[in-house]
Amino acid sequence: MHSSVQLPAQALLLVDAPAQLLPARELMAFTLASHIILVPMGVALPLITLIMHYRGLRGNDAVALLLARRWSAVMAVQFAVGVVTGTVLSFEFGLLWPGLMGRWGDVFGIGFGVEAWAFFLEAILIAIYLYGWRRLKPRTHFLLGLPLPATALLGAFGIIAANSWMNTPQGFTLDSEGNPVDVDIWKAIFTPMFGPQYWHFVVAMFVTAGYVVAGVYAVGWLRGRRDRYHRLGFTVPFTVAAVFTPVQFVLGDSIARSVFHKQPVKFAAMEIVWKTDTHVPEYIFGRLHPDGTVSGGIKIPQLDSMLAGFKPSTKVTGLTSVPAADRPNATQATIAHWAFDIMVVLGSLLLLLALWYAWVRFRRRKEPEPRRLPQSRWFWRSAACAGVASVVAVECGWITTEVGRQPWIVYGNMRVAEAVTATRSTTLWIMFGLVVVVYVFIFGSFLALLLKMRTRWRLDDAAGGVGQPAGGPETDLPYGPRHGLQEAAPPESATRKGGPS
Amino acid sequence: MTLAGLIALVLLIAVAAYACAGGTDYGAGFWDLFAGGAERGKRPRWLIDHAMAPVWEVNNVWLIFILVIMWTGFPVLFQTLFAAMWLPLALAAVGMVLRGAGFALRKPMRRVAGRRLYGALFAIASLLTPFFLGAAVGGIASGRAAPGTLPSAEVWANPTSVFFGLLTITATAFLGAVFLSRDAERFDAPDLVGYFRRRALGSLAVVVLLGVAAFLVVRGDAPHLWHGLTHGVGLALVVVAVVCVLATAWLLLRSRGAWTRTTAIGTVAAAVLAWGFAQRPYLIPPSLTVREAAGDPTSLTWLAFVTLVAVILVGPALVLLYWLDTHGELESLTDADLRRGAPGNPAEGE
Repeated sequence: MHSSVQLPAQALLLVDAPAQLLPARELMAFTLASHIILVPMGVALPLITLIMHYRGLRGNDAVALLLARRWSAVMAVQFAVGVVTGTVLSFEFGLLWPGLMGRWGDVFGIGFGVEAWAFFLEAILIAIYLYGWRRLKPRTHFLLGLPLPATALLGAFGIIAANSWMNTPQGFTLDSEGNPVDVDIWKAIFTPMFGPQYWHFVVAMFVTAGYVVAGVYAVGWLRGRRDRYHRLGFTVPFTVAAVFTPVQFVLGDSIARSVFHKQPVKFAAMEIVWKTDTHVPEYIFGRLHPDGTVSGGIKIPQLDSMLAGFKPSTKVTGLTSVPAADRPNATQATIAHWAFDIMVVLGSLLLLLALWYAWVRFRRRKEPEPRRLPQSRWFWRSAACAGVASVVAVECGWITTEVGRQPWIVYGNMRVAEAVTATRSTTLWIMFGLVVVVYVFIFGSFLALLLKMRTRWRLDDAAGGVGQPAGGPETDLPYGPRHGLQEAAPPESATRKGGPS
Repeated sequence: MTLAGLIALVLLIAVAAYACAGGTDYGAGFWDLFAGGAERGKRPRWLIDHAMAPVWEVNNVWLIFILVIMWTGFPVLFQTLFAAMWLPLALAAVGMVLRGAGFALRKPMRRVAGRRLYGALFAIASLLTPFFLGAAVGGIASGRAAPGTLPSAEVWANPTSVFFGLLTITATAFLGAVFLSRDAERFDAPDLVGYFRRRALGSLAVVVLLGVAAFLVVRGDAPHLWHGLTHGVGLALVVVAVVCVLATAWLLLRSRGAWTRTTAIGTVAAAVLAWGFAQRPYLIPPSLTVREAAGDPTSLTWLAFVTLVAVILVGPALVLLYWLDTHGELESLTDADLRRGAPGNPAEGE
């Protein structure tokens, strides 16, 4: 992130904001940002694994089956960490934002209800899928895994319904005391921002998961491991991601326009538009000052109006159209603007990468299989970075929508400051520190474990499986009879040295 | 029964389900903590790992369900609970993170030191989380929280809370031991059957002692709850719990494993339901009734509908999962499965 947006924390505070606001927002942002890293894997990895599994079953392809099994081993650990970080988030609704749930819970909570049982199903099916490899019939096992992507999409439906309601709240009327009555659930779920947000999010999950998984094998390719295992491990997830990338580009363009129509002030923050005007220029990066001037960045005349309404005479609402207390301040607008621009730049680069891939695949469609992939080292270097880039883009997307929403927690109806807990701010800061320590530890362990698994598998592959038996909790043959406990817990064998990768 | 009453019943059943399903997992963590050193505790820990692995995430989802029903059906209850019980609930959440991550990350570890660290996290958190959840329930049951109550230690550090917390820990230990004893039969480890049967009996004795003590504490500390537990439906459920305790004890002493799980679940579920019915008509005695806390009627109708769909869709899936699990159809992948060229995994011809 550019140094120009890292301002002192005081600048983020409103003048009359309660002391709890900053730690509560920091804690929520931190836990959300951590959880979001795992979500693409939870939503899209099952589908990618099932595609690989299907290839393995259909062609009786041992390599594809091995990949699918290894991916599901990764899925097992990742899903577990995702479950606990997700549980923390639902606790935080009460611990940090009791005012939000107390007043509005019955209006927009039903989306979470859908999410809860979709997630219930996903947890059940994923358990059956992960632990069914050994003893279920291959066909039964695959069929039981088949509904997984659908449950994941349904879970996302619930969460996005809740978030889009916070952006464009509707489906209720306010009584004389300002409390919501006469709830219309249908309207509360299908809010104006729901469709654009949902599809943009779901496709982002598939793109991200595909690039992240493919990136692992791209690194292997760069290091000279180019056997069929690596080629297949790269091709399936990368193709999924590359197919969805142009779709995402179109969806991203359309959601920006939806924001322009439904949340004009948020759009003004994303594009740092100060005064309502026509022929508005587009700033790429740059910084908004409290007096409305913009410094730095690249200015393209008229482009913002063009993008918003396809003609330079389009009127774009500016930040000053509402009182200062009802809009993001200059710093928040700059943060949202930067996050938005970074997301767009990364999305455009990923689109170019996807087109490059498609072009090569098309040109070489008649060649034998190993020659169909691009040979350029630069392609593989880019592919190796695509996973990180797409995770950064997802984070930036959430930063854009959440910071651009300030100071509202329920847009136009309730401020974030009204919803925050009454717990002492010192307690919240201590909790924030504790959570950061715990999360750093857990995510560090999670990453170390993934790297360790990879090294172990690579050594196994190099040894052709003839190496010494691994000293895990158990080692016996798949599809064999159930083992007794006696031979199942061998002594801890000397750990193998994982060579430098 | 009113619509709000129906949703309150659904909420109570979800709490009972979490107490039974999640409680069993917490209990497994309890025995993990007291399994002894790396060498002595290897076999029980191995069993705990294998028995818990396929189902613990699913068991955890009940908690999400409880929170969702609370904030959608009874927003004021949710707000009050989290405002008054801030610290115990925050600590319970941290405990859950450490527990889940400790369990998930321990299994693939190779080194003893690493396993020890993550195992300790998992086990200690398995003790703290149920205590804090139980303490929060105790604070609610004894009427110490009311809408507008600010967080203070007194709300959850009082006689009822402490006894509820301790009772929750022992109840989870009891459930865990009963289930692990049956799992040991399933996993072909005859020596562990007796090992966990003895522990189940021991923890059942402690549950009875603590239960009687908690009953006496409630009499002075939470009069409304006491009245509910000694009259009508509350009393009937207390009797059911006592009958289940006696049945479990008899089955354990006679080494008849077949029905112990059912009676153990019956004990805990009846106790939770007894608490819920004893509180009627209050969600938080004596300040917040079910009717006062109820959300918008439309939302409640939809919540009832969503619950119905959940029963239709999730119910069979849950039955299938537990059936597969108890019939030994679910096994984690071994290293051999993940190795190329291993037997049963023909190497590819490149």
